[in-house]
Amino acid sequence: MAILDQSNSSRLCDVQSHLSRRTLLGAGAGGLMMSAIARRLAWADDQGVTDPARPKSVILLWLEGGPSQLETFDPHPGGVYGGDTATIGTSVKGLDIADLLPRTAEQMHLASLVRSVTSKEGDHERAVYNIKTGYRPDPTLKHPSLGAVLCHADQAGADIPRHISIVPGNSPGRGGYLGAAYDAFKIYDPARPVPDIRRSVAEARFDQRVTDLYDVVESEFRRGRLKQVEKTRTLHQTATNAALNMMSSEQLDAFDVSVEPEEVLESFGDTAFGRGALAASRLIEVGARCVEVTLGGWDSHLTNHSLQSSACEKLDPALAALLKRLEERDLLDSTLVVCGGEFGRTPGINPAEGRDHWPHGFSTLLAGCGIRKGAVHGATAANPKLNSDDPLADIVDPVTVADLHATVLTSLGVDYQEELETPVGRPMKRCEGKPIQSILDA
Amino acid sequence: MSNLKKIASASLRWSWLALLVLFAFGYLVSGLSEQARRGKRRSSADSESRPIANAVHGETRGSVEQIDEDWNRSLTSLGLERADSANWLAVCRRLSLALVGNGLSLEEIRVLEQLEEPQRERVHLENLLGDPRFHHYWAERWSRFLVGTDGGQFILYRRRRFRIWLAEVFAVNERYDRLVRELLTAEGLGTDKPQVNFLTATFDSNDGSADPIRLAARTSRVFLGLRIDCLQCHNDFLGNVNLGDADNPREGLQTDFHQLAAFFTSAKTSGLQGVRNGEVDYSYKYLDEEQETDVEASVPFLPELLPENGEPRQRLATWVTHPRNQQAARAAVSHVWALMFGRPMGDAVDNLPLDEPCHPMLNTLAEDFVSHGFNLRRLIRVIAASQAFRVDSRAEFEITPEHEHAFAVFPLVRLRPEQVAGSIIQAARIKKTDRDSSLFLQLITLTGANDFVTQYGDIGEDEFNSDSITITQRLLMMNGNLLGDLVDFNPLLNTSAHVGMFARDSSHVVETVYLCALNRYPTTVEKQHFVSRIDCTENSSEAIEDLLWVLLNSSELAWNH
Repeated sequence: MAILDQSNSSRLCDVQSHLSRRTLLGAGAGGLMMSAIARRLAWADDQGVTDPARPKSVILLWLEGGPSQLETFDPHPGGVYGGDTATIGTSVKGLDIADLLPRTAEQMHLASLVRSVTSKEGDHERAVYNIKTGYRPDPTLKHPSLGAVLCHADQAGADIPRHISIVPGNSPGRGGYLGAAYDAFKIYDPARPVPDIRRSVAEARFDQRVTDLYDVVESEFRRGRLKQVEKTRTLHQTATNAALNMMSSEQLDAFDVSVEPEEVLESFGDTAFGRGALAASRLIEVGARCVEVTLGGWDSHLTNHSLQSSACEKLDPALAALLKRLEERDLLDSTLVVCGGEFGRTPGINPAEGRDHWPHGFSTLLAGCGIRKGAVHGATAANPKLNSDDPLADIVDPVTVADLHATVLTSLGVDYQEELETPVGRPMKRCEGKPIQSILDA
Repeated sequence: MSNLKKIASASLRWSWLALLVLFAFGYLVSGLSEQARRGKRRSSADSESRPIANAVHGETRGSVEQIDEDWNRSLTSLGLERADSANWLAVCRRLSLALVGNGLSLEEIRVLEQLEEPQRERVHLENLLGDPRFHHYWAERWSRFLVGTDGGQFILYRRRRFRIWLAEVFAVNERYDRLVRELLTAEGLGTDKPQVNFLTATFDSNDGSADPIRLAARTSRVFLGLRIDCLQCHNDFLGNVNLGDADNPREGLQTDFHQLAAFFTSAKTSGLQGVRNGEVDYSYKYLDEEQETDVEASVPFLPELLPENGEPRQRLATWVTHPRNQQAARAAVSHVWALMFGRPMGDAVDNLPLDEPCHPMLNTLAEDFVSHGFNLRRLIRVIAASQAFRVDSRAEFEITPEHEHAFAVFPLVRLRPEQVAGSIIQAARIKKTDRDSSLFLQLITLTGANDFVTQYGDIGEDEFNSDSITITQRLLMMNGNLLGDLVDFNPLLNTSAHVGMFARDSSHVVETVYLCALNRYPTTVEKQHFVSRIDCTENSSEAIEDLLWVLLNSSELAWNH
C-alpha cells in the first residue's frame, strides 16, 4: 500500500532490531545462552573490578514510617529512655549500635553515621516530602526528589530507566518541577517480573501493531499540526522507542535476581526488601543512577520494641550484604548508600509501649562514594531534658535535612548550590543546606 | 434473683450510655449543632443560595460576540493567521474531556448525529452540564485546586466528604461567590460542614489548627490569581510581586502576606465543635526585626472594598467576592478557562500580576461573569461557544508555538492520567459509562481506572502540567492489563467484539472503531489500510483488536486537540 511505501524504514529497522536482538541473545534459551549482562556480572565477579570511569550512583534504603534511632543506630541502653534494646560492638572501635543489627555491625567500618538529623516535620506525609526532596512542602511547588536531581544533573543514559523505585511504598521518588520524565520507574518484589515489560501478543503481531501505529495513525496526526510536533511537544514516538528498547534490552536482566547463587540470595534475606537491595546493586552496575528500595513497618506507636525488632530483621541482612557486595565488587567508590527514614521516634515510651514521631534528632547511615569510613557525626543525649521550647538542646552538632542533602549531592559530585529554574522561571537551588564536612573524605 | 437484678441494672446503665453515644453522634453528624442552625437560617434568608436557572443559550450570544471580537483583534494585532473552525466532533470531544474527563461514547455520537449539525455542539454541552459525571469530575478537579491531593490529618480532614459536597455545589450550579464565601467562612466539623475541610486540610502543618500561612498562600493563588508566596519570608526585591492599586502598583511587602494570613487565625479549633470564629491573634517576626510584632488582618490591594466591621473571615470573604474586585473574578475565569482548554490562558492559571495587562478575553469574561451573577455554567457556555475554543488545531499555514499561545489554533494539550484512563475505558464500551451502567461495569471501571492512574503517575494538584510522556506510561499503554482487557474480543463487554459481531462490513468496522477510540471518522488512507488488514486475515477478531490497540496507543488519543 502507498502508505507503507512512505514509511520511515530506518527508524523501524532500529526498533525491530531491538525487538529481535533479545530473541537472539537467548530469551527462552533455557539458560544455554548467557546474556551479555550476565556475562558482565560474572566477569566482574571473577575480577573484583569494574569500570573506573563509572558515574556515581546512589542506593537509597528507604525506611518508611519512622525508624527508631534508639533501636537502630543510636541506642542508649540503661538510660531513662533506652527501652529494651541493648548495644552491640561494631567493626569500628568504640562505635556501638543496637543489637538488633548484628550483621550490619560487622560492616560499619564501611559507613558513617549521622546521629543528629533534625527537621521541623513530624507528620509522615510532610516529613517524607522533606527528606526525599530536601525541602519542606510548599503548596506552590513540587520539588524533585534526590534521584530526579541526580538524573537531571547527569544525563548519562541506559536502556533501562535510570531512576528506579523498588517496592515503592507510598512515596516513590518524583521528578517534581523537573518533570515526570524524572519520576522513578516503579517495580515491586524482584521475585516477580518487571511490570508491563512483556508483550501480551506474539512478537510478529506486536511488531505489526507498532508499524501500523507509526506509519498510519501517527503520520496522520502530524499532518497540519504544530511545527515539529513530535520533537517539540509530544515526544510520543521517542518515548515509545525508548520503551521498545527497554523491552528488548539486555540490561533488563539486571532486574532478575533469581540468577544469583542461592547463598547470595540468602545473604540478603528472603524478603522483598532483601531482593530489592540485591536488584539495586545489579541495576547500578548496568547504568541506573538512583535506586530506592522501601522497607515499611517502622511506625511503632504501639509495642515499639517488637515492631522495630521485626523491621530490623529485614533491614539487617540486606544492608550488611549490600555494603559487603558493593565493596567486594569495587562499586563502593562510585555508589553511595543512604539508609534512613523520615524521622525518628520519641525518647519517651508511651503507655502503649510505643514511641511516637520525633524529628528532633534521628539517625541516617551513609556509605561509599567519598563518605568517610567509620565516622560518626553528632550525638543525642542519653537522658535528654526534652524541653519543648528548645528541643535541639539535647543534640550535639545538629544538622538539618537540607544539610543531609547537600552532603549526599556533594558526595555524588553534583553542585548542590547550583540554581535551577522551575517551569515558571523561579530560581531554585538544588539544595539549601551545607555539607557535613566531618563525614566527607578530605 | 440478685444476679438478675445485677444484669438488669447493668443493662440499664449500658443502655443509657449507648443512648448518650447515639445522641452525641447524631448531634455531630446531622447538622443539629448551633452552627448548622445558623447556617440554615442564613441560607434561607439568602436568595443567592437558590440554584441558578439554566441560562438560555441565546442569552450568551452578545458575550460570545464580544469575546470573539477580542480574539480577532488580538490576533490581528499580533499579525497571526487563525485556523478554520474545527468540525463538530472535535469540539464535542473537547467538551467531553473538559467536563467529564473522557471522550464521547459511540452512543452519544449516534444520538447527536440525529440532530442538525449546527445544534450538535450546544446540545452536547447542555447534556454534559446536567450529567452527574460533570459534577463529580469537576468536584475532583476543583478539590485538587482548593485543598490539594495530600491525605492531611487523620479524622479531622475528610477530602472525600469535601469532594462530594463540591459535586453537589456543581449539580445545583451554586453561585461562585457563594461557594467562595462558604469556604472562607466555614465553621463546624468537616463531617457535618464539608466546606470546613478547606481549613482542616492545613491542620497537619499547624498542630491541629488552621495554618494561616498555607491558607494565605492558597487563597492568594486560588481566589486572587496572585503568587505572593515569596513575601512570606521577605519583601519583593526582584520586582516580581506588585500590589496596591492596580493603576499605581507598589512593591509587594512581607506585611502583605502576613496580614492576609492573619484573617485565618480567627478560625479557632474548638474540640468537638470543630472550627469556630474567634479574634485575629497573630504575631510574626519580620525579616531583620528583633522581635515579633502583632499583625492586623488586611488585604494586599483594594483595601477600600474591605468591610470595617464583622467577623474577620466574613470581611475577607466579602472583599474577595466584591463585584468590584475584578482581580478575584479574573482568577475564577482563569481557572475555568484552564479546565476547558487543559491549559491556562497565560503562563500560569494562578499568576495574573496586577500590574501586567492580561488578555482582553480574560477581562471581558471576568466582567461578564460578575455582571451575570457569578454563574459558572454561563461562563462555561460562553467559553465553549467562543471561536478560541472552537478553532481547529490544524491549519494550512505552518503552526508555531506563537499561534498556540495566542489561541489562533486550538492548543495541543496532553491529557491528564485520569482523562487517558477515562478515554480508553470509554472507547472500549459502545454505551456511555456512568452511574447508570451496570454495577459490574462500574466496579471494573473504577478499580481499573484507579490502578491505571496510580501506575501512569498521578500528577497531583499540579493541574496544568503538560509534561511529555514517559517510558512507564508507554509500557503501561502497550502491555498493561487494563488496555489488554479493554482491547480483548470480549462479546459481553467490549467494543471490539460488539463491532466485530454487528458491523455491516469491514469498512463499517473501521469507521466505528475510529469513532469509539478517537471520536472521528478515519481518513480514506486510514480506512483503506485497516479494511485491508481485516479483509486479508483469517482471524478478523484479532485484526479488530489490533486496530483498537493501535488507536488507543496513538498520540491522538493521549492529547487534546
